[in-house]
Amino acid sequence: MRNEELGIRNADDFEFIAGRDLNVDLNFASQGYWKGVAVHFCRNKLAVAGVIIVAVIMLFAILAPIVSTYGYQEIVAVNVDGKQIVAKSLEPQFAGEAQNLFADKTFLFGTDDMGRDLWTRTWFGARVSLLIAFVAIFIDMIIGMSYGLISGYFGGHVDNIMQRFIEIAGSIPTLVIISILAIFMDKGIGLVIAALLVTEWIGMSKISRAECLKLKEREYVLASRTLGAGSFHIIFKQILPNTIGPIITQVMFSIPVAIFTEAFLSFVGVGIVLPQCSIGSLIEAGFNNITVLPYQILPPICVLALLMLGFNLIGDGFREALAPKIENM
Amino acid sequence: MNEKIILSVENLDITFRTNAGLVHAIRGVDFELPAGKTLALVGESGSGKSVTMKAVAGLLDDNATVNSGKIFYNGLDLLTLSKRDLRKKINGQQIAMVFQDPMTSLDPTMTIGAQITEGMLLHQKISATDAKDKAVELLKLVGLNEPEKRVKNYPHQLSGGQRQRVVIAIALSCEPKILICDEPTTALDVTIQARILDLIQDLQKKMGLSVIYITHDLGVVAKVADFVNVMYAGKIIEAGTVDEIFYDPRHPYTWGLLLAMPDLDTTEDRLYSIPGSPPNLLHEPIGDAFAARNRFAMKIDEREQPPMFKISETHSAATWLLHPDAPKIELPRELRLRLERARKAANL
Amino acid sequence: MTKYVAKRIFMSVLTLFVIIFVLFVLIRIMPGNPFPVERMSAEMILQKRAELGLDKPILIQFVDYMSMLLQGSFGNGTSLYNGAPIKPILLACLENSFKIGVLSILFGTTVGLLLGITAALNRGKFLDGLCTVFSILGVCIPSYVFMIFLQYFFSYKIPFFPYFFDPSRFLFSSIMPSLSLSLFTVATVARFTRNEMIEVMNSDYVKLAEAKGLYGFELMRKHVLRNALIPVVTVIAPLVVDLLTGAMVMEKIYGVNGVGKLMVDAISGDGIDYNYVLALGIVFSSLYIGIMLVLDILYGIIDPRIRLTAKETA
Repeated sequence: MRNEELGIRNADDFEFIAGRDLNVDLNFASQGYWKGVAVHFCRNKLAVAGVIIVAVIMLFAILAPIVSTYGYQEIVAVNVDGKQIVAKSLEPQFAGEAQNLFADKTFLFGTDDMGRDLWTRTWFGARVSLLIAFVAIFIDMIIGMSYGLISGYFGGHVDNIMQRFIEIAGSIPTLVIISILAIFMDKGIGLVIAALLVTEWIGMSKISRAECLKLKEREYVLASRTLGAGSFHIIFKQILPNTIGPIITQVMFSIPVAIFTEAFLSFVGVGIVLPQCSIGSLIEAGFNNITVLPYQILPPICVLALLMLGFNLIGDGFREALAPKIENM
Repeated sequence: MNEKIILSVENLDITFRTNAGLVHAIRGVDFELPAGKTLALVGESGSGKSVTMKAVAGLLDDNATVNSGKIFYNGLDLLTLSKRDLRKKINGQQIAMVFQDPMTSLDPTMTIGAQITEGMLLHQKISATDAKDKAVELLKLVGLNEPEKRVKNYPHQLSGGQRQRVVIAIALSCEPKILICDEPTTALDVTIQARILDLIQDLQKKMGLSVIYITHDLGVVAKVADFVNVMYAGKIIEAGTVDEIFYDPRHPYTWGLLLAMPDLDTTEDRLYSIPGSPPNLLHEPIGDAFAARNRFAMKIDEREQPPMFKISETHSAATWLLHPDAPKIELPRELRLRLERARKAANL
Repeated sequence: MTKYVAKRIFMSVLTLFVIIFVLFVLIRIMPGNPFPVERMSAEMILQKRAELGLDKPILIQFVDYMSMLLQGSFGNGTSLYNGAPIKPILLACLENSFKIGVLSILFGTTVGLLLGITAALNRGKFLDGLCTVFSILGVCIPSYVFMIFLQYFFSYKIPFFPYFFDPSRFLFSSIMPSLSLSLFTVATVARFTRNEMIEVMNSDYVKLAEAKGLYGFELMRKHVLRNALIPVVTVIAPLVVDLLTGAMVMEKIYGVNGVGKLMVDAISGDGIDYNYVLALGIVFSSLYIGIMLVLDILYGIIDPRIRLTAKETA
């Protein structure tokens, strides 16, 4: 033995350590499921960036139209010698900068060709777009989840028939569905929401069905079935809470799809109608003037792109936080 | 030792880059494998046993860095070889590997036959038809029925046990000298486990293989191994012959492992489990990594890492309990009884 | 395999039939009037309805319509609104849309695959980062934002490419439309390919192939590429659908006379042209179902798991 080579020792080196409880695991302190998800999510810088982007835009969408000096439909004009001069197509300006009749007014994003303040309209449009997306996706979530859970839980013939229906419904291109709806309904918010309702629930139902199929074989579900719990109880109390994670991820990915669909429909002219405005209709208006007044299209396009980016980043973050890969731990 | 040493690993030290930071997975590992013998590497998940073997086979993931160490195969340091040379000269022909999960270790888009002949066609001057004949022969050797039909099958048409036989056939296809088996039976049914182990032992005798088992199943170790290395937190903490480890273990961690093994004569109601969990190697442990879970931990364990104390020519363990100044301790009753029973059964 | 294909074809035809039936019934039971009322008196409308067979029971109308469809015409073959024949207009529009669509799907998948593979091979390095940023942007920013910017900068500010699509100079003037249309495809395919490649490269069977002694190009060709690219086929089907949607905007921006524009005109004009909506609905649905069918069969051919399971259960 080379105990001398090992250096000088303290007097108490070979005393046992006393007073420890070995059964307390210091490495892996117990942690709730959602707390773990939250920790993972917050550690992901991109996801946090997504939350910040979305939060800032939502804040503006809620507050900007309220605090703004102009209404979103208001045509800004001054009276000069009894004649109405409208603030048409003004470039972005701060009060006092531009040498014209409206020098004392602030138009952060400029005005459109009707003389309306684009700052107010952009945020109002963002508000409309977000509202449409949230309402539509929320209803989709409820429809999709119920459909998927029922189909997955009862299985057998019920599942078979319900899945055939989805297969056929899913094979109809969105465009065709929208065109049919356009025949039935007037253009506007209602049409956009209806289009989203008819198309987006399928994805949700597929996910909740898959989760349900996985969960219903779990021991705890079998146990409560053995104890006599009814189907309703099992679906809503035991399976539903455990499908929330993947569903939230899907919702986060569906919201940008909804925002995009709204923008797309309004752009091609079957969505929001004037004087209402949304991101899509603003882009359409900007596009019509792009060669002459390119500044008009920038604000709505930036808001759209940032919203899509933000929600996608949040969705990605959620997905990773719910199923963290070992290499990321 | 007068046997020829076919593989020796010296002071291997490996870190992994992860999103959370550097993980010091292997913290100085030494061991030797005598030709024709079987070595078992035992430890909990995450103790570094698989990483060590992947390093030997040159299959480390891209995010791993070998900080120091040498891996000698017949006197050639494998770590100095380029990836290309390693694949060309060593993999398959000298060192082959059997992975843990046969369900995922075969390419789903390629026939069994093609996967077996692939290595042969790559390394040996052999015609495609000869290679195919040899593949059928290999499948017969590993005990797969209807080998002529099987070579045309795809992996998904076989059961787990059949697939693991195929993986073994692939490993043997280029007549390697060393076979590394990474938990070859954990993914299989118990009845098939024994058959696969018998098969490997049988082939070892026939072909003169040196085998390394990576496992956490001491039952497997007792059945197949000549030498045992116990790993904990990226270090080997006890090494010896299979008899020495099973009848005269010296490290408290090895005691825990043995106690945690089910035993018919046990008097306790509950199966023992080692308290706590292995340390997170993101943070370099100070002192003995096992101290936090060790009932016999001393103050020095929290300050300084124990060196390997030599007990016999073949047996050594890294615990301060073996220091001459350390207090003599009484083995836990259950363990003492167990060791006595085991020694009696083995007539020692 | 034959049975698998036959089953798929049967299912597709059945689905298409159901869709056409639903479309037809929906459009026929539509409230309101299919004719421009202000230009026609009540009698004229009644007479026109009888002429077009709109007074017969719906099922008889459907049978009539289907038999005409099978003979290659869309119903009575004219627009209800202005009486112009549908088929020639539809075919001309289809040709334009189809050409641009094929160009962009080819360009999109090729570039997407190359980008994804490059990124996966250089994992964690600069190229990978660049590809990731590009694909995140491509997926998140709607393609029509790209279209508008591309058109503004490369056709207006620097007037190199034609501002509008011009069928007489097909190749040159379709570069911008198909390029901008394909950006989403590029981004999606690149992202998907990269993730698949990385998953396959970390898989046990690739590790086993390396343990056999395979390396470099041989390893890529024999084990990684094949396994990574099979699932990519599955994302192409939904991408084609997105392309249809994208085409609507693209056709508006670049002034292409295509099916998307036709559809927008049919539903957003003063009166909705029912016959056009029905004809276009049938065209879109058959395109979509046809593409899904082809990809399904293709997938079955290249993946032995499906090919052989289908054979065994058959």
